[in-house]
Amino acid sequence: MARVEPVVEAIAIHKSFGDVEVLKGVNLTVAPQELVFIIGPSGSGKSTLLRCCNLLEEPTSGVVRITGEDITGVGVDINQVRQRIGMVFQSFNLYPHMSALGNVSLALRKVKKQPRAQAEAKAHEALERVGLAHKADAYPTELSGGQQQRVAIARAIAMEPDVMLFDEPTSALDPELVGSVLEVMRELRNSGMTMVVVSHEMRFARDAADRVLFMDAGMVVEQGTPAEVFGAPKHERTKAFLASVSGH
Amino acid sequence: MVEWEVIRFSFFNLDTLLEIWPMLWRGWLVTLQLCVAVVPLGFVAGTILATIYSFRIKPVNTVLIVYVDFFRSVPPLVLLIYVTYGIPLLLGADIDAFVAVLFAFTLNSSSYFGEIVRAGIESIPKGQMEAARSTGLTRLQAMRYVILPQALKNVAPDLTSNTIELIKATSIASVVALPELLRMGRVAQGLVYNATPLIAVAVIYLIMLWPMVRLLSRLERRMMSSR
Amino acid sequence: MDVFLDEFFNAEVMLKYLPDIIDGFWVTLWLAFLVVISGLTIGLALALLRAYQNPFVNAGIILFVDLFRALPPLVIIIVGFFGLPFVGIRLSGFLISWLSLTCVLAAFTEEIYWAGITSVNKGQWEAARSTGLGFGGTLCFVVIPQAIRMTIPPLTNRTIAITKNTALASVVAVPEMLTVAQTSLAYAANTSPLTLAAAGYLLIFFPLTMLSRWIETRFAWKR
Repeated sequence: MARVEPVVEAIAIHKSFGDVEVLKGVNLTVAPQELVFIIGPSGSGKSTLLRCCNLLEEPTSGVVRITGEDITGVGVDINQVRQRIGMVFQSFNLYPHMSALGNVSLALRKVKKQPRAQAEAKAHEALERVGLAHKADAYPTELSGGQQQRVAIARAIAMEPDVMLFDEPTSALDPELVGSVLEVMRELRNSGMTMVVVSHEMRFARDAADRVLFMDAGMVVEQGTPAEVFGAPKHERTKAFLASVSGH
Repeated sequence: MVEWEVIRFSFFNLDTLLEIWPMLWRGWLVTLQLCVAVVPLGFVAGTILATIYSFRIKPVNTVLIVYVDFFRSVPPLVLLIYVTYGIPLLLGADIDAFVAVLFAFTLNSSSYFGEIVRAGIESIPKGQMEAARSTGLTRLQAMRYVILPQALKNVAPDLTSNTIELIKATSIASVVALPELLRMGRVAQGLVYNATPLIAVAVIYLIMLWPMVRLLSRLERRMMSSR
Repeated sequence: MDVFLDEFFNAEVMLKYLPDIIDGFWVTLWLAFLVVISGLTIGLALALLRAYQNPFVNAGIILFVDLFRALPPLVIIIVGFFGLPFVGIRLSGFLISWLSLTCVLAAFTEEIYWAGITSVNKGQWEAARSTGLGFGGTLCFVVIPQAIRMTIPPLTNRTIAITKNTALASVVAVPEMLTVAQTSLAYAANTSPLTLAAAGYLLIFFPLTMLSRWIETRFAWKR
């Protein structure tokens, strides 16, 4: 069988903040169209791993390849690479001084150098995909948390990335708003987007993920299909974690 | 005992005012030119300083802090005299008084503007830069399109306040004989031998700046209530 | 380079004029000290007065504050020194400088104190008054202590910026540091005395500027 080039390939990632080692040699491979779900207790390093994938955090050592290209090497134009990696943040991080349309079209205009009309048409399309075309002119403060997060997703998908990273996309949302965001993520998945998701939404992981990674204390403790990890966890730490989150 | 008639004659002398009005007008135009040049210069230089500062390169920032604190510690008048007397002696040639004044004020005001813009940049949550960078914007693009527009809005009252201070400070250019408003007022006073020109100068400054001071109070109050 | 050193850092010239500059230094320091004391006190007094909410008094205070915030300090000093004699009021340059800068500092600090006072939650007033504290007691023991945290950083900044203006007293012949330096400069035909004066100002204000920077980070207030 021909080897399929992984979209994301992180090898032996170490990351220290001062004396604290947050990642202790983590490997992560994501195949095209795969949805990899990362779970684990807070402080386990899952967000840091995600942020290492687009170099928002510089790994202390290790290699990150995006569609085969080593982005941790010298002389790499990281801005070029980041266009191909969409990221969605826990706190949305929409630009408060721009409308939804402005948020989505900024990078199209300034990074992809598209003319305004073309960029805005593209941004409209992205907003439509997340069901917010009618809110194009609204400012972030006029949107609910769930709507803000969907605009943030539109901002990322408008760039037509090869992979999207989700950093706890629903943790800052009121419970009743979580569903709309997950629905958009499900639609993305069905359209074949490659995704890496850090989240506590176990139900979503169970029915949407291809593979689940459990991280603890800076290491990947175990991984497998949702059925394997949730149904028959092999490690004590995984069991303890799953027990603690299923409690509520 | 000060009598009203004496006050009127010395301070509010209409004949004098009509006589010296053209001088004050010319002086005011120079003041205006000075402001139009020095406010944008100081603001742009300060914004550049603050942007460089935000890159957090340790040795560079140490230099910036010393620069800023140095020029915030030296009275502008001292700086001005230093520049206007020192540089010609050094170069062996006269420099234009206007240029000397511009130079001195840019050094001084870029420090103040720099501090204000720095505070503005630091008031913007880290996630804004991260979100911008994650879409492929360069650091400078993120600064230009995402961070600075928000930062400048947050410190609008301080920017206004500093602009007022800068406009007021241009009056010290009179000391180095630049024929701006205050200078012309003093020259006029020497001609007519009463204080009306000086009062007129003060009134002109009030007309220029009082609305700005009022606007500033409103801005400050609005910022306070929006927090 | 030699020309530069000779012109700005001429040891011989510096040594010769150092004693005069030091005399001027003390005058500058004394004037600055007086301005700070009187300006801050009057500013506080005005802010407290304003808290009583008497409409006539408040209109007067706001007029005073606006006036001295809008007028350039040098214009105030020059009107005082060259204008007042025409109506028979003759004050020394030192006194005029002191009074002018005092008014300017008082105007600016009144606004800062006032912003501090009004920033304290109304509930604090009501709580204190409900326990039987009077108006003055509430102000002194409850409101002002809370307001101070918010006022200290802008207060130090503004005080430094205004006190630096003691150099303007050179325009009205006060024998402070800049006056002495300019006289020496004329005699010596060399800029070195001015370098000394600049160093003198740095000696006074650089530590204060650094202190204010430290205070700002120390009291960093969540915006």
